[in-house]
Amino acid sequence: MSLISDVLVSSPHGKAGLTTNQMMRLVIYATIPGFIAQMYFFGWGSLLQLIICVATALFAEALVLSLREKPLRRTLADGSAALTGVLLALSIPPLAPWWLGVIGTGFAIIIVKQLYGGMGFNLFNPAMAGYVVLLISFPVSMTNWLPTSDVMMHNVGIVDSVWTIITGYSVEGYNLAQLKMTVDGTTMATPLDHFKTQVSLAQTATEITASPIYGEYGGKGWEWVNLGYLLGGLFLLKARVIRWHIPVSIIATLAVLSFVSYAINPDQTMTPALTLFSGATMFAAFFIATDPVSASTTAKGRLYYGAMIGVLIFVIRQWGGYPDGVAFAVLLANMCVPLIDHYTQPRTYGHKRTKAAR
Amino acid sequence: MQSELTLLEQIKSGKIWDFPGGIHPPEQKSLSNQGDITQISVKTVYVPVAQHIGQVGEVIVRVGDQVLKGQPLTAPLEGFSLPVHAPVSGIVKHIGNHVSAHPSGLEGLTVEIEADGLDAAITPAPMSNWQQLDKAEVADRLKQFGIAGLGGAAFPTYVKMQPSKDIDVLIINAVECEPYITADDVLMRYHSDDIVAGIKILQHLVGAKAVLVGIEDNKPEAISAMEKASADSDDIHIRVVPTKYPSGGEKQLIQVLTNREVPTGGIPADIGIVMQNTGTCFAVKQAIIDGVPLTQRVVTVTGDNVSSPQNLWVPLGTPVRSLLEFVGFAPEKRQKLIMGGPMMGFNIMNDLMPVVKSTNCILVPSSSELPERGVEQACIRCGLCADACPAELLPQQLQWFAKAKDHEKLEEYNLFDCIECGACSYVCPSQIPLVQYYRIGKAEIREEREEKIKSDKAKKRFEERQARLEREKEERLQRHKEAAEKRKKALEKDDSAKDKIAAALARAKAKKQEPAEPQADEPQDKVAAAIARAKAKKAEKQAEQEKTVNSQADASSGGDAQKDKVAAAIARAKAKKAEKQAQQEQADAVNEANAAPEAESAEDAEDAKKAKVAAAIARAKAKKAEQQAQQEQDAEATTGAEVETTEPELSAEQERKAKVAAAIAKAKAKQAEKTETPTEQPASEAVETAPESKSADELRKEKVAAAIAKAKAKKLAAEQAGKDKE
Repeated sequence: MSLISDVLVSSPHGKAGLTTNQMMRLVIYATIPGFIAQMYFFGWGSLLQLIICVATALFAEALVLSLREKPLRRTLADGSAALTGVLLALSIPPLAPWWLGVIGTGFAIIIVKQLYGGMGFNLFNPAMAGYVVLLISFPVSMTNWLPTSDVMMHNVGIVDSVWTIITGYSVEGYNLAQLKMTVDGTTMATPLDHFKTQVSLAQTATEITASPIYGEYGGKGWEWVNLGYLLGGLFLLKARVIRWHIPVSIIATLAVLSFVSYAINPDQTMTPALTLFSGATMFAAFFIATDPVSASTTAKGRLYYGAMIGVLIFVIRQWGGYPDGVAFAVLLANMCVPLIDHYTQPRTYGHKRTKAAR
Repeated sequence: MQSELTLLEQIKSGKIWDFPGGIHPPEQKSLSNQGDITQISVKTVYVPVAQHIGQVGEVIVRVGDQVLKGQPLTAPLEGFSLPVHAPVSGIVKHIGNHVSAHPSGLEGLTVEIEADGLDAAITPAPMSNWQQLDKAEVADRLKQFGIAGLGGAAFPTYVKMQPSKDIDVLIINAVECEPYITADDVLMRYHSDDIVAGIKILQHLVGAKAVLVGIEDNKPEAISAMEKASADSDDIHIRVVPTKYPSGGEKQLIQVLTNREVPTGGIPADIGIVMQNTGTCFAVKQAIIDGVPLTQRVVTVTGDNVSSPQNLWVPLGTPVRSLLEFVGFAPEKRQKLIMGGPMMGFNIMNDLMPVVKSTNCILVPSSSELPERGVEQACIRCGLCADACPAELLPQQLQWFAKAKDHEKLEEYNLFDCIECGACSYVCPSQIPLVQYYRIGKAEIREEREEKIKSDKAKKRFEERQARLEREKEERLQRHKEAAEKRKKALEKDDSAKDKIAAALARAKAKKQEPAEPQADEPQDKVAAAIARAKAKKAEKQAEQEKTVNSQADASSGGDAQKDKVAAAIARAKAKKAEKQAQQEQADAVNEANAAPEAESAEDAEDAKKAKVAAAIARAKAKKAEQQAQQEQDAEATTGAEVETTEPELSAEQERKAKVAAAIAKAKAKQAEKTETPTEQPASEAVETAPESKSADELRKEKVAAAIAKAKAKKLAAEQAGKDKE
């Protein structure tokens, strides 16, 4: 008798597919193409931010876990904290001061994630909540994106990046504002920021996009970053880590809205291609909005959720005070998730098709 | 809802549909489906009496009995019940508890038979003319021969074969979607003719217009065998369905083959469909055509740790251990044994667990084959479970509610439509044992429902009782009110001459009452005493003792006695009148009332102590009676005059009053006799007379006597009333 297992296990026996830990890691890996593009165009800063944010995330998670007397090693191994760090690191300007990443990640992990109960219990996307805290608290630092390296006046190497992030000055003593200078001696904002400013100065879209910060169809460099994230996103779809509903819904909504808007008012509107391939569009569609914990969980609900984010991104970019609106859009949509889930319950087998969700 | 014609047309078109969700676990069928079915023999079988859904039968064999193969061991009861039969010939060794084929591993009543190895069977009883016989008779054969659904639920087949609704389609479930299991597969390969014969019987019984046999496309041999066997029948259609778990679920197969859905909480018969398993068809054929009861079934014994995975003909009741010994078995440390398939089977913790009618597989996996589930992590709401769910539930939400024990939400999210197929748990990245949470949730809700039914019943009982008490009280009040009104009306009506007479009477009576009562009572008491003397002679002897008792009673009765005095006075007046009118009848009444003194005489024999005890009881009762009397008087009228004037009406109140008065009068008479003093005595004494008698019998007798006396008095009163009116 002793030969036989006497542990009662509920069926089914055995399982297939990815584990949660594997899923988290795959998401991290899937950021690699976009991350590389970001490093290529905007320098080493992103890597340093990544190290800062991931380290902070793991430390903050460990701190709270030990306070909550939860298993430390096993929980850290699920990769969810590291993923939050990665996503936030990729969102903040590469040469932002180090404490920005620390504050943002600390807030994301301690307040937004762990205070709500840890993995699986957070109502809001931790990375985006952390991002919004930083954006509201330190708006200048958070919008200090460098132009792409080929148009920069000063070449920023890895040592300069480290120095700038830690001390605020490069090895040669330039501050961030000076480092942002382009070869023609002007300071450059991100394409989305630039476009918004120029439109308010009554420039036409054609005139604006003649600037060197724009590429073939998106923002210069940004189009490649977006392509990188699109590639990573497709990989996640293929690996069945994410479902198609949210990304497709976001991209489709944005595309339709910007197409309509462009058709009506081409002089003051970005082209659909520019909309989709600048800023954080693809990153949001595949990596941010698809965070399953804070997203809608029904198939239909995800379409609504994605559409809502798409609309909000468009609205904020078009009429809002910020150049990009991903973080706000995602957080606002997070708030609506319980409602969306409630009204998008699928029809269960054997129930009438007209059954109203209650 | 589409018409029946459309359904049949659809079916004829050969179209099949899909069901949402589903998974594709490794099939592992080829492990065990490579050969014919081998018959195994066993030394000892443990036949549980409960092998089906419904009531268990009554055991009809005794320890030491010699049984033949196929001999019934239990007799089915009325309702859903099936017998079990001896699967081997031999001797009943033991009848008692043995581990049952249930996930809990709890013990159940089991008949243990030691096989004699002869396999001597009962004489087969073929029912070759089943087509001519009454369907109920054929169905009863299925019952008597213990046929249950062999697909897993073990639902009594005869019940399904007597549907209350018209059946259009009989579906034969030969899908066998669980990985590893090939019992139906090989049965179809080697016994397709028998299965088709069974299908025809079932089709005949339910009156289905078409038969659909659903087989997954991973069983090409079985498909061709079945197609061949059913070639001569136009009604039987073989439908090949794509391999996807759980297409063999009853609801899912109906969806796949007919694009219909069984309404929630309903059964397939509600939409004109009955489903049976392939193995059951074989058993039906054996029961009807061969005349052999269900004593064995095909069981797949498979898994990496089985030396030669294969299908076996296993006598029902064979312990799992014997199967493993037969096929060869290389256990690893803490070997997992599963009864059923990997998706819905349960793990066995005792290898003496017997094979029963619903056992289709014994799985002996290696730990790498079916690894243990890892540590449960938090749900990340990824929704893979919802994608896999064939019932289109939201398992991620359900687990949340199940953990929170939010039963209302669980039901709102249709927990009871979960078929527990395990697809959600299978794909869950956080390795949450979702099905287990749902099972617990379901059990809790069921328990809660039962509790609720119980408490509702109790509540209803209580409320009904309250309502009844209230109603009765209302009715009483209503009666009082009506009586009062009647009296009032009567008073108003009889104004003129009658009123004067009444007034005169009242005056006269009032006069009698007004003077000191003792004097007024004297003559009346004497008359009454004279009448009562005959019946109360013996009481004289005890007079002294009684007097003591009575005086005590007096003390305790107090002021309440006054009302009774009034009543007594009225009674006396009536008694006097009655005497004048009908001396003879009065005498009769007295004779009748003798019963009471008889009781009293019995009491006489008792000693003084007992009398004292009785007196104490009497006092208590007297008080009660007084209160009651007072209430009644209050309800009727506050003055004696009014009582007098209403007398002619003979209302219910009056009658009662007359009774009381009569009783009081009698008591008075007795008292007068005892004490030989015509002094007025309080009414408490009158009430005392009843409790004086000790036993219930005596009391009853006395009451009867009193009642008769009262009736007489009433009659007199009535007569008098009539005269008064005149």
